[in-house]
Amino acid sequence: MKPTFEQTLPKLVIAPGFVLGFAFIYGLMIWNGVLSLTASRMLPNYDEFAGLAQYAKLWEMDRWWLALKNLGIFSVLYVGGAMLIGMALAIVLDQKVRAEGWLRTLYLYPMALSFIVTGTAWKWILNPSLGLEKLMHDIGWSSFSFDWLVQSDTAIYCVVIAGIWQSAGFAMALFLAGLRGIDDSIIKAAQIDGASLPRIYWRIILPILRPVVFSTVMVLSHLSIKSFDLVMALTGGGPGYATDVPATFMYVMSFTRGQIGLGAASATMMLATVAAIVVPYLYSELRSKPHDR
Amino acid sequence: MIAKNFSRVLIYGVLLLAAVLFLAPMYVMLATSFKDAEEIRSGNLLSLPNGLNFEAWTLAWSSACTGTDCRGLQPFFWNSVLIVFPAVLISTLWGAVNGYVLSLWKFRGSDLLFGFMLFGVFMPFQVVLLPMSQVLGWLGISSSVGGLIFVHCLAGLAGTTLFFRNYYAAVPKELVNAARIDGAGFWRIFVRIIVPLSTPIVMVTLIWQFTNIWNDFLFGVAFSGADSKPITVGLNNMVNTSSSVKNYNVDMAAAVIAGLPTMLIYVLAGQYFVKGLTAGAVKG
Repeated sequence: MKPTFEQTLPKLVIAPGFVLGFAFIYGLMIWNGVLSLTASRMLPNYDEFAGLAQYAKLWEMDRWWLALKNLGIFSVLYVGGAMLIGMALAIVLDQKVRAEGWLRTLYLYPMALSFIVTGTAWKWILNPSLGLEKLMHDIGWSSFSFDWLVQSDTAIYCVVIAGIWQSAGFAMALFLAGLRGIDDSIIKAAQIDGASLPRIYWRIILPILRPVVFSTVMVLSHLSIKSFDLVMALTGGGPGYATDVPATFMYVMSFTRGQIGLGAASATMMLATVAAIVVPYLYSELRSKPHDR
Repeated sequence: MIAKNFSRVLIYGVLLLAAVLFLAPMYVMLATSFKDAEEIRSGNLLSLPNGLNFEAWTLAWSSACTGTDCRGLQPFFWNSVLIVFPAVLISTLWGAVNGYVLSLWKFRGSDLLFGFMLFGVFMPFQVVLLPMSQVLGWLGISSSVGGLIFVHCLAGLAGTTLFFRNYYAAVPKELVNAARIDGAGFWRIFVRIIVPLSTPIVMVTLIWQFTNIWNDFLFGVAFSGADSKPITVGLNNMVNTSSSVKNYNVDMAAAVIAGLPTMLIYVLAGQYFVKGLTAGAVKG
């Protein structure tokens, strides 16, 4: 039977979007992969095939290793910190408090701001001369010293602080939505059995929330791998390149150092990391919830 | 009873402390922006400004220097406006049509297509930077507002498709089937039945896209030219411009100006923004 116009129209309608969308996602992804196999420097150069030389070079660079180390520190502390604070706030907010709506709005507003805006603010707050340090001195804590932002080995923790401040409210919103989905009678029953509140949260509610915890970890960790703006605004990757992360490394190599092949190789590594985290997650999400939703 | 009261006090104590910590940076930004250089030197982060001194604000808006360019944030702000509105409208409309097909006009393989599209929500955009700058060159729109609109439409498409697809999945199939029996076609059903049902998700998507595109820095810094830099890039350049004296008051005023549009939307329509955030995290 020949398909009717009515049957082909929907396909025709979404075709341009999907062709362009897939070209953007997968086409450029492959293209970037090709670039990473060339010896491109200032300009893309497809004539000079270099095999895996760029990758070999990448993994021999101290700067790349430092970027990975920073990403490790940042990811663990950022995801962990935002989750812990978010969870704590969600639990406390869930105790039938007054002005809950107001508080929730307040905890979440940083998410509406650009990382460049909040990075600029934190840069001022954490600056060693007139910032937090001066405030503490004025309060009377004259021995207080805080110069993390300008020290190579501590500047990354400033990025962590600003990142957690920005995203804790987001984790809270996700957890709170999860907590609201839990049937009150479960908690009541446990209370009647004499379980204490912390015990109820730890033994009953947390296990129920496992999927929410899981997706929050997913979202936050892929955000941390992609984090670029915050580092650029807060430290610019400095001092020196002490707070470089893969995203800033990729940008600097590609657009200011004229090392396009190397930049492409580092982008591929970022892609591989995100894919390793997200693809199994997407697969299970699409599998477990059949298409009747 | 005492234990109960104590725990209430503890709960409100924690909530209040958190509120103060979340608000503090905003307070510091605003307070600093109203101070002059002398007040910044003599006071501290939390000290109140002597009055509402808008000097830093006018400087930040219209005459602060980035390198040799002393036009303030103004040109970057308008670039962002020019980029945001078309990009938000196009990506939202496009996502709505895609979502409509993917949930109400399913065909064999459409779920698989959607699954592949979904990766676009998560992918690190670093992988598209280098090829995309070549594509923009070939299309003759590199370093232009048009080029940034184009990139934002493509980059946002996966997300907007996801939003609409999940929202329309809850629309009863019978509604569409009944309309078809009555002789309504694809577009007629969309315009007459689906669009009127879509106000909430349209709000969510518009606000989500607006916030994302306004706050974008990566594409802005990679693809813009001298006269198409968006506000985030303008702000970052202004703050990190190497001058002998740091004008923290101007920096803070500039940061508030750059954050104002998204903040305003958040205050006015926060619940839609939150829905967008959580919808982006919980797939279906």
